[in-house]
Amino acid sequence: MSQVRADNSENLALPDVRADFPALQQAVNGQALVYLDSAASAQQPAAVIDAVANYQRHDHANVHRGVHTLSHRATEAYEGARDKLQAFINADKRSEIILTSGTTESINLVAQSFCRPKIGPGDKILITHLEHHSNIVPWQLLCEQTDAELLVAPMDELGQLDLDVLRALLTDDIVLLAIGHVSNALGTVNPIKEIIGWAKERDIAVLVDGAQGVPHMAVDVQDLDCDFYAFSGHKMFGPTGTGVLYGREALLDAMPPWQGGGDMILEVRLDGTTFNDLPYKFEAGTPGIAGVIGLGAAVDYLTGLGMDRIARQEKDLLEYMMTKLGDIEGVRLIGTAAQKASVQSFMLDDIHPHDLGTILDHQGVAIRTGHHCAMPVMEFFGLPGTARASIALYNNSDDVDRLVAAVEKARQIFA
Amino acid sequence: MSSVDAINADELRDLYRELILDHARKPRHFGKLDGATHTALGINPLCGDKLHLYLRVDESGKICDAQFEGSGCAISVASASLLTENVIGLNKDEALDRFGEVTSRLTGSAELSVKNVDLGKLRALEGVRDFPARVKCATLAWHALNSAILQRQSPARTE
Repeated sequence: MSQVRADNSENLALPDVRADFPALQQAVNGQALVYLDSAASAQQPAAVIDAVANYQRHDHANVHRGVHTLSHRATEAYEGARDKLQAFINADKRSEIILTSGTTESINLVAQSFCRPKIGPGDKILITHLEHHSNIVPWQLLCEQTDAELLVAPMDELGQLDLDVLRALLTDDIVLLAIGHVSNALGTVNPIKEIIGWAKERDIAVLVDGAQGVPHMAVDVQDLDCDFYAFSGHKMFGPTGTGVLYGREALLDAMPPWQGGGDMILEVRLDGTTFNDLPYKFEAGTPGIAGVIGLGAAVDYLTGLGMDRIARQEKDLLEYMMTKLGDIEGVRLIGTAAQKASVQSFMLDDIHPHDLGTILDHQGVAIRTGHHCAMPVMEFFGLPGTARASIALYNNSDDVDRLVAAVEKARQIFA
Repeated sequence: MSSVDAINADELRDLYRELILDHARKPRHFGKLDGATHTALGINPLCGDKLHLYLRVDESGKICDAQFEGSGCAISVASASLLTENVIGLNKDEALDRFGEVTSRLTGSAELSVKNVDLGKLRALEGVRDFPARVKCATLAWHALNSAILQRQSPARTE
């Protein structure tokens, strides 16, 4: 149904969806809220909030156990969300969708379960300078544990990866390339399909950190041909504490469990345990059922609007925001790659980003300020942090105009 | 300008008073202090603010000189700058008392403090009380002062 709606409306502009988001209907510090911090966490449509509340009110029970009606309903809804997620990123099988607490857990799972058993001194993991902390620290921990080496592919002043160097770094001693789809600090969209192709030529496994990818563009993991794709629910208009690890079935099958507990077993004896099949082998304990059901509702919402339409609208709006911000005297745009999505970091004169953030908040404009959990990126630019405005499907040009007016006001205060 | 705008503008002006902006632009006693007897590093990991505080304390326990270096927002730099002006001439116990007075005043618990001394210029920092997210910026240097005097080894933090 939703697919039909998306196809029919391919060439139409996205409708104004702001009314779908209760949190956007409020005043902050006396002004209508302008929310430009979706890269940190996106607001949720009423459809998601209602799905969670409805489950909590009527259908709550534990999943995968119990013969009673509520347990059956809970299991149906929980597993139904997995099916929706499978379709959303076009995974081949539902067993390839591991439900996690978020991108961070997904990446740690791959580091500890896929890489750790097969890695040792002389082996290498390759990441890039654009990564945020959750795609850096798990690999540092892994390399400390195994005496493997962590290599970092460099970027340039625009915030783009040096693709020639990256390709040259893909040598046979690399066990895995972990790379972000979209940079959270700069908005750079990496050409991951091309990069994955280079890695495949050398049989190097690839994990894509898609936390900032899935909210803004259609993702097809089979077309990308990646081995793992990690993302978070709360950045795609779902609840916090939810996330996905997509993995190729053959790889997931060969991996040992990540955590032990209930639900991930077939049979437990005191002298040993038989593990459950995929995807349950990686889902120990009672999961965040309500959150996952909310995430399923978020997938329905996005599919109904159509990811390609969302991407087109956001591209236009990002260009508008970059132009308007860049026109303000004293503004320096940080991150000006040719291919970008959602995010614009910037500095205003020598005003510290936190001062700017406070002044904007006081005018009802919410942006992120600081290092965006990407301190190496900030270090590259020699900055303690930046101001970052990030757009999502509910933002429009009025939001950008309010942002610009608020930045100009900050300039007056500090003049 | 609507009344809401006016209130907002007043609050902002209260936070970014001229004295604060002046100290942020031209921090006093900025730079490393040669011959420091007490030092501390203050870090605010959430925002990346980092400052080194240097004190020279004489044999009688009096703070003869104070300097700082580091980077941070206008509030944290101005607070550190005002701190150095304020504590020079105090003895160590008086400086510890001042730490308590300032932090309780900025976190809104002034009524709990016994000594309600006039903080003079430091009152310019009181604007942060309307901005809970920024209180840590204003107190960072003061936590570093406390650590320096108590000669704590680990970096001072505001949380």
